[in-house]
Amino acid sequence: MTSPRTYISTFIALMALLAATVGAAYIDLGQLNLPIAMVISIAKTLLIVLFFMHVRHSSRVTWIFAAAGFFWLLILLCLAMADYATRPWTSVPPF
Amino acid sequence: MSSVQETSGLAAESYLTEHTVGSWLLTTDHKRIAILYLVSIVFFFAIAAVAAAMMRVSLLWPDGRLVLPETYNKLFTIHGVLMVWFFLIPSIPAVLGNFVIPMMIGARDVAFPKLNLLSWYLFMLGGAFVVYSVIVGGVDTGWTFYTPYSTTFANPNVITMVAGVFVAGFGSILTGLNFIVTIHKMRAPGMTWFRLPLFIWSLYSTSLILVLATPVLAITLLAISVERIWGLGIFDPNLGGDPVLFQHMFWFYSHPAVYIMILPGMGVVSELITCFSRKKIFGYYFIAFSSVAIAVVGFLVWGHHMFVSSQSMYAGMVFSILSFIVAVPSAIKVFNWTATLYKGSITFETPMLYALAFIGLFTIGGLTGLFLAAMAVDVQLHDTYFVIAHFHYIMVGGMVTGFMGGLHYWWPKISGRMYPELLGRIAAVVTFVGFNLTFFPLFVLGYLGQPRRYHSYPPEFHIFHVLSTAGASILGIGYLMPLIYLVWSARYGERAPANPWGATGLEWRTPSPPPRDNFEETPLVTDDPYDYSAIEAELIDQTGLR
Amino acid sequence: MPEVHPGTAHQFETAEQQRDADIIGMWTFLATEVMFFGGLIMCYTFARFTYPQAFQAASHRLYVIYGGPNTAILLCSSFTMALAVRAAQMGQRKSLVTCLALTVLFGLAFLTVKGFEYHTDFVEHLVPRWDFKWQGAEARHAELFFWLYFTLTGLHAVHVTIGIVVLATLAIMAWRGRLSSDLPIEISGLYWHFVDIVWVFLFPLLYLVGHR
Repeated sequence: MTSPRTYISTFIALMALLAATVGAAYIDLGQLNLPIAMVISIAKTLLIVLFFMHVRHSSRVTWIFAAAGFFWLLILLCLAMADYATRPWTSVPPF
Repeated sequence: MSSVQETSGLAAESYLTEHTVGSWLLTTDHKRIAILYLVSIVFFFAIAAVAAAMMRVSLLWPDGRLVLPETYNKLFTIHGVLMVWFFLIPSIPAVLGNFVIPMMIGARDVAFPKLNLLSWYLFMLGGAFVVYSVIVGGVDTGWTFYTPYSTTFANPNVITMVAGVFVAGFGSILTGLNFIVTIHKMRAPGMTWFRLPLFIWSLYSTSLILVLATPVLAITLLAISVERIWGLGIFDPNLGGDPVLFQHMFWFYSHPAVYIMILPGMGVVSELITCFSRKKIFGYYFIAFSSVAIAVVGFLVWGHHMFVSSQSMYAGMVFSILSFIVAVPSAIKVFNWTATLYKGSITFETPMLYALAFIGLFTIGGLTGLFLAAMAVDVQLHDTYFVIAHFHYIMVGGMVTGFMGGLHYWWPKISGRMYPELLGRIAAVVTFVGFNLTFFPLFVLGYLGQPRRYHSYPPEFHIFHVLSTAGASILGIGYLMPLIYLVWSARYGERAPANPWGATGLEWRTPSPPPRDNFEETPLVTDDPYDYSAIEAELIDQTGLR
Repeated sequence: MPEVHPGTAHQFETAEQQRDADIIGMWTFLATEVMFFGGLIMCYTFARFTYPQAFQAASHRLYVIYGGPNTAILLCSSFTMALAVRAAQMGQRKSLVTCLALTVLFGLAFLTVKGFEYHTDFVEHLVPRWDFKWQGAEARHAELFFWLYFTLTGLHAVHVTIGIVVLATLAIMAWRGRLSSDLPIEISGLYWHFVDIVWVFLFPLLYLVGHR
């Protein structure tokens, strides 16, 4: 049974990360804006999944199921973008 | 041999007893839902087979005079759509899987019986949309719905057909979800993961694919519908989109889908080979893990459908290597089945004939896939009859053969009756001959250069088409025979005992046909699967039950 | 037949088996949802990679003053949802009903803000194919951004609505003392948190492209 304190700390951390997301967007970090935003989103997701969704205290099966969806999405994104990202390497003009 | 209460004789009351329409259409019994699926997929198969017959007859004339070119295109479209989504994908999972999985693991039913019934209704609703789209004029895009044709120039029926596939897709997601949870959580005491029959491992792997791949198909179909209706989209170059993006998303689902179609057949073959060689499976762990490997690696190879699509050559190389790698677990299975046969006491009942046919035909299909996985060769063979022959060897020579084998094997359990064995064997042989005559010439045709989806062709290819159509008529007889004698046997066949094959597996410890809740008491499993030496000894002791 | 807990469905042996099955059933469903939204994210990834300038310009037309607070609202709703699950587990009926009601209210607030936002987008001619007007280069590509924006947030809003209906129903049932187990709350909680996670990604991807 998770204590209310854990939920409150998680909530405060989430709000802080939200502030960070918005704050970082108003600073010009060039190419880094996107990765930083994504890392912060992943951090928020981990907090929600581990604490609000109780995966921290759940069985390994639950943990694997939770991770599987995100991992599979990465397969789609990475392999498909491998096509678009490498087209300039050939003599074919990029899309 | 599991130490389970032997349920003797024939149950006077079984899951089949209640006759009312309501008891069938509102059932939550996994066994009845399996039969609902069985009847529906036979219906869709019949329509798709008629389309195939019309194509094959039309191809007897090189100038394709029998049907209009556009009609020919509509025929191969409806053949593909119905065969893929409304026959092959549900066949073993929704029919044999639904029927057998709970019994094989010692459960009363699947984890979510109401979701199971919902999945059938979604399947039927989807099928209704698809059949309707044919009635109002048909679709000529091919089952692959490539853009920009499907989103810009094809007739509006494409939206109805795509909606049908979308809805049926959700039915298949529910089936996969149900199986995953059932296999994880509803195994009988003592049924550890490595005591599970290999059929379960195959269906578990299949379910992983169903659950992870189908949603991407759903969103892709939604996107092409939006593009067709509102001209808003991501696949039309005029709008800044990319047609190849459609192909990436479509094949991200559709390549794993072919593993949805073959893995269950492989699972059936594992059961049949052991039973009819009276021998423990060779390499249980290899076969189990290879099923999961096929499911996982199968997600990494979709670009091999796109080698000539303007996809980056470097991405193509990656997909090519991965496609070679994905062949390895399949080959491992073939080697293990063969090793199981070696020094077994082989008998040639109908299910075994189908299983042996599967091994040979699937191997040919799989090897020819490697030809296509090699980019340089694929440039020559892409979109030719070679591809058609390759996938029909796997889908028909493999999967449909596996389905027939499994259907005959579990028929006594499902119906409580034996089918006529002699007719069964004859049909199996007729199917084998007809199949090879239909599809082997297509390998040659493709190699010689005839493109697929063409309604007419140069006269020098005539002989191959004549052979193929002759084979198709024989194949048709081979499939018609079981339809007739199985239905006949359901009423008039010899009554089946609980375990007519002397097989291992919990499903054979219940009466034929089983009662509503499968088991009198939850079984307790203490032994490894496929322990045929022990079962032989016990059956000699208990000859009264044979 | 072994004795089964009266609340347990007949296919299960024990209540614990049913609980475990329902929970991993919901996680499996959430995995399918990740892949469902993921397909659209794939389209987004392709389009943003291909038209970075147009996407940045289009994204800057969205109002962080709507999107930011909306994200905060959903995070609050996840907080109250987690408290609701805890109250259900502790058997605290009043807390449970209060927390569920708060979650529903936050959800409705989210949809209200979204509604105002869609109205603003419409007034500013940012709805594709519906009097879409774009000053500047790459109008077609900006329209692509907005197609993705409306589809992603629209699909998300549909999921929020379904969640609200489910949670409101559970709140009423709890209030009337009709809930015999905390399991439906926990399962719905998983769904609700997932809907929140989707928004956690959509917010930076849609509203914060490039720097402002």
